[in-house]
Amino acid sequence: MKTTELLVIGGGPAGLCAALSAAESGASVTVVERNNRLGGQLIKQTHMFFGSREQYASTRGIDIAKILEAELIKYSRQIEVLTDTAVLGLYEDGVVNALYKEEDYFKIKPKAIVAATGAYEKSLAFPNNDLPGIYGAGAVQTLMNVYGVKPGNNVLMVGAGNIGLIVSYQLMQAGVRVAAILDAAPKIGGYLVHASKIARMGVPILCSHTVKEAIGKDCLEKAVICMVDERFSPIPGTEKELEVDVMCISVGLTPLCELLAMRGCEMKYVPQLSGSVPVRNERYETTIENLFVAGDASGIEEASSAMVEGRLAGLCAAAKMGYKPADFDERFKGYAAQLKALRSGPVGEHILRGIEQIVSKEDRHV
Amino acid sequence: MRIEEHPILDFKRGKILNFTFNGEKLTGYEGESIAAALHAAGVKVLGESLNLHRPRGFYCAIGNCSSCLMVVNGVPNVKTCVTELKEGMVVQTQRGKGVLK
Ligand SMILES: Cc1cc2nc3c(=O)[nH]c(=O)nc-3n(C[C@H](O)[C@H](O)[C@H](O)COP(=O)(O)OP(=O)(O)OC[C@H]3O[C@@H](n4cnc5c(N)ncnc54)[C@H](O)[C@@H]3O)c2cc1C
Repeated sequence: MKTTELLVIGGGPAGLCAALSAAESGASVTVVERNNRLGGQLIKQTHMFFGSREQYASTRGIDIAKILEAELIKYSRQIEVLTDTAVLGLYEDGVVNALYKEEDYFKIKPKAIVAATGAYEKSLAFPNNDLPGIYGAGAVQTLMNVYGVKPGNNVLMVGAGNIGLIVSYQLMQAGVRVAAILDAAPKIGGYLVHASKIARMGVPILCSHTVKEAIGKDCLEKAVICMVDERFSPIPGTEKELEVDVMCISVGLTPLCELLAMRGCEMKYVPQLSGSVPVRNERYETTIENLFVAGDASGIEEASSAMVEGRLAGLCAAAKMGYKPADFDERFKGYAAQLKALRSGPVGEHILRGIEQIVSKEDRHV
Repeated sequence: MRIEEHPILDFKRGKILNFTFNGEKLTGYEGESIAAALHAAGVKVLGESLNLHRPRGFYCAIGNCSSCLMVVNGVPNVKTCVTELKEGMVVQTQRGKGVLK
């Protein structure tokens, strides 16, 4: 059985920052990533990020992934990276079960774990929503920006949040036509800069609209859209048919934390964090001792906050194992201040109301 | 269906690989997933649903949703969206749950 001090599950921004931060404190770390490369969601994001300087604002997502990977090299004696390896189970005796390339099962026994497994895309219910050609927006982003393959010729984007807007723009950069972007909400959810860029390119953004059904034999051929009223009920007589061969569903992400639920962490459904998330203390430790969480897995937010959460979780996990640096308090407070700054503004307040519901002040594991 | 020109990205494609899909000879590039290579070749239907036999394509492309399961080199239930294409792979549409040998 393989042993390690800190096991980080997931090599996205949160996981990489957790590994870096724990290594900086002196711990040895193993990062396990099921993909064949590190970076998580960042590897498909060609746009420049928002956030503050500490979180690489105005840098493209793909380049942030490279910056973090370069930082890993500094700690190459402490941080071991296993790609193509998925964690399948966390067991009561502290043993972790992993699978390399669908062929080699093995066990790992760490002293502590940071779960930074990220998120997955939600789906939307309408007749024939299972037709090939209907994809998650992130999936289309992977196909285009990682593999250089077009999803099709003519796209209907469902959801006008930041992801819907950004992926629409990236579709056009790849030479794919976007027929329309629609959203059931009466207002565009994403940032205005993204929306106006797209509107200038002549793509209609239809608010108060939804998908009534998809039509097609083997693949998507048409989408029927319609308007909705204030209660999101379809308004009869407003149906329109669009000839599209791709529909991108961009109605949000939900935390990927089945591993934690399976291990018995206390979970709570928190709408502001977009799903079921683990209850934790202020040091990112769940209700299972020595099992920490960070990033989208602890609530859907952004790469910027995922990175800071990762740094915090790594710092605290290392401290718990005895690697408590002299400047622990300073570092802890510094990261907390960065998170506070990132969470100013209306979206941040919403997130904070969610976090209040899962952070327990009482300490179960002293 | 491949992107040839892109304002930001430069696709450094690997070696050309040969594979078959239901007996048909196709090519893809080293480093890409089976599903990406199929999609580039215009194949969107990867399998069918278990009970109603409705066509299935990929949905998440990160190995979560199980909508892209196929038989690869005789092994069923391979997640083709995250499995790398290899020279000479035999890729087939999966019908039913597949059998462990
Ligand atoms: C289109 C789009 C645009 C965005 N734009 C911005 C922006 O402008 N600014 C910003 O700050 N944020 C942005 N974000 C959000 C940002 O990408 C995410 O919040 C961030 O990537 C979350 O980081 P993470 O490390 O928590 O998760 P992820 O990046 O999702 O990484 C999780 C990793 O864990 C791995 N994993 C999961 N399960 C397992 C397992 N069982 N075993 C092993 N590995 C596993 C996954 O393969 C993945 O690599 C955007 C997101 C999208 C989709």
